[in-house]
Amino acid sequence: MSRTQPQPEAAPALPPPGEALRPEGRWLAEVEASSGVKAGACYGCKKCSNGCPLTFAMDLHPYQAVRLLQLGQMERLESSATVWICASCQTCLTRCPNQVDLPRLMDWLKERLHGRGEEVGEKDIRLFHELFLKGVAKRGRVFEGELMGSYMLRTGGAFGPEAMANARLGLTMLRKGRLKLLPARTRESRWRRALFKKRRGGSHA
Amino acid sequence: MPEVSYYPGCSLEATARDYAESIEGVAKALDLELRELEDWNCCGATAAHSLDHRAALNLAARNLALAMEGPSPLVVPCALCYNRLASARHELMADGSLIIDEIRSLGADYASVEVMELNEYLTTPGMMALAQHKASQDLSGLKAVCYYGCQGQRPPRVTGKTDYENPRGLDRLLAALGVEVMDWPFKTDCCGASHSVARPDLVHALVARLYDRALQQGANCIVTGCQMCQANLDMYQQQIARQMGREVYLPVLYFTEVMGLALGLDQTPRWLGRHLVSPRGLLEGAGLPRQYWERL
Ligand code: SF4
Ligand code: SF4
Repeated sequence: MSRTQPQPEAAPALPPPGEALRPEGRWLAEVEASSGVKAGACYGCKKCSNGCPLTFAMDLHPYQAVRLLQLGQMERLESSATVWICASCQTCLTRCPNQVDLPRLMDWLKERLHGRGEEVGEKDIRLFHELFLKGVAKRGRVFEGELMGSYMLRTGGAFGPEAMANARLGLTMLRKGRLKLLPARTRESRWRRALFKKRRGGSHA
Repeated sequence: MPEVSYYPGCSLEATARDYAESIEGVAKALDLELRELEDWNCCGATAAHSLDHRAALNLAARNLALAMEGPSPLVVPCALCYNRLASARHELMADGSLIIDEIRSLGADYASVEVMELNEYLTTPGMMALAQHKASQDLSGLKAVCYYGCQGQRPPRVTGKTDYENPRGLDRLLAALGVEVMDWPFKTDCCGASHSVARPDLVHALVARLYDRALQQGANCIVTGCQMCQANLDMYQQQIARQMGREVYLPVLYFTEVMGLALGLDQTPRWLGRHLVSPRGLLEGAGLPRQYWERL
């Protein structure tokens, strides 16, 4: 990464040259009903995108995601990195004159994609969330040590070029007394088993 | 003695131990009783709301239920935990149908639980006056920008805040404690939060902007009330500075640590000693007595 000052960027071109969008009417109503996000209210003012801190890393700007949903372009939305790059900072929703809940829409899409179990654009981000939730299902609390360990094992961070840097950081944290060596768990466990008993396939879409 | 319910959250037991200890120290000094929720669970953080909306609601609902019996408000030091609990409360007041019986049976009067960020609570006029009254240490050498982060402020329909674009609670508190507070436009900008694990490049780009602006304003430290912000700004500072091609020395202090300094609490150096960017140079330069920095 050479640039340290992300500048507002030109939005990615839509649609790609030579390819026409074929509007698909049914999706908007379906997604609105299931997610509760009133995406149809968007009139394209781009306030959401001008304030979004992460557009520099997105392949669709937030307003484009809403527009694509209005046009029923689900594949484009689902294959975007944007859905995973969104940090849920709530700036867009806060400033949107129509209160289009973009972070909720991004979550809804992530859950739907995750439920289908397919490859996603940003698989490491998904993996991190997945391992985090596994830990919560197991103990009701997060055990950071295990979470980072299993994440690094699965992504290669324990062996690859970052291994040394990761190990050094880990040791420093240990020396500073900021690593917890034993996990905590909730005493009550019935709720945990009931809540996480099986994956609901396919999400609620 | 004021009494509140307290939800520490998972990271305060590990990476943010400095924050946890400073909160306990300050509460004791202010005669504030923190009643930790009995058997609390993880708020679900970014992971739950990203992949499993139902789990996110249930995890928050259980904590809210545990708080129903205790004193009010429910005070939360972590901005993300706060956001998760407050968002779920907002949604559950309208519709609790996704809550499982095992959790619903603990209590479902979500409206009765007032959820408050710790920095919001400690900057209420009464608490602030108390801290100011007890403060003894000269902190005029600290030039701070206050970094609130995003999750404590937005969206306003959930947080109920009115100054969400330009919060001033911490600015006022620090000024009352004698710190020189610098204004800046990035108070509530995002640090990239949990992307620090899977996409550190994104976090580094966002944090570089924050350093750059903080230095431009003439700050010599950043003060925060969120342990995710603290970690992202503290843990990779030298690496990010190299990418920026400039020197950066900006210790990232919890506001409760600054309170510890102001109130002259002996344990303060132990909390500060857990940071990766050592505040030694800052505190020595600011003319604080030796005992605060000599072992950092
Ligand atoms: S701010 Fe709201 S109305 Fe404006 S483009 Fe974004 S989503 Fe649409
Ligand atoms: S919530 Fe997501 S889309 Fe909205 S401003 Fe923040 S990062 Fe951008």
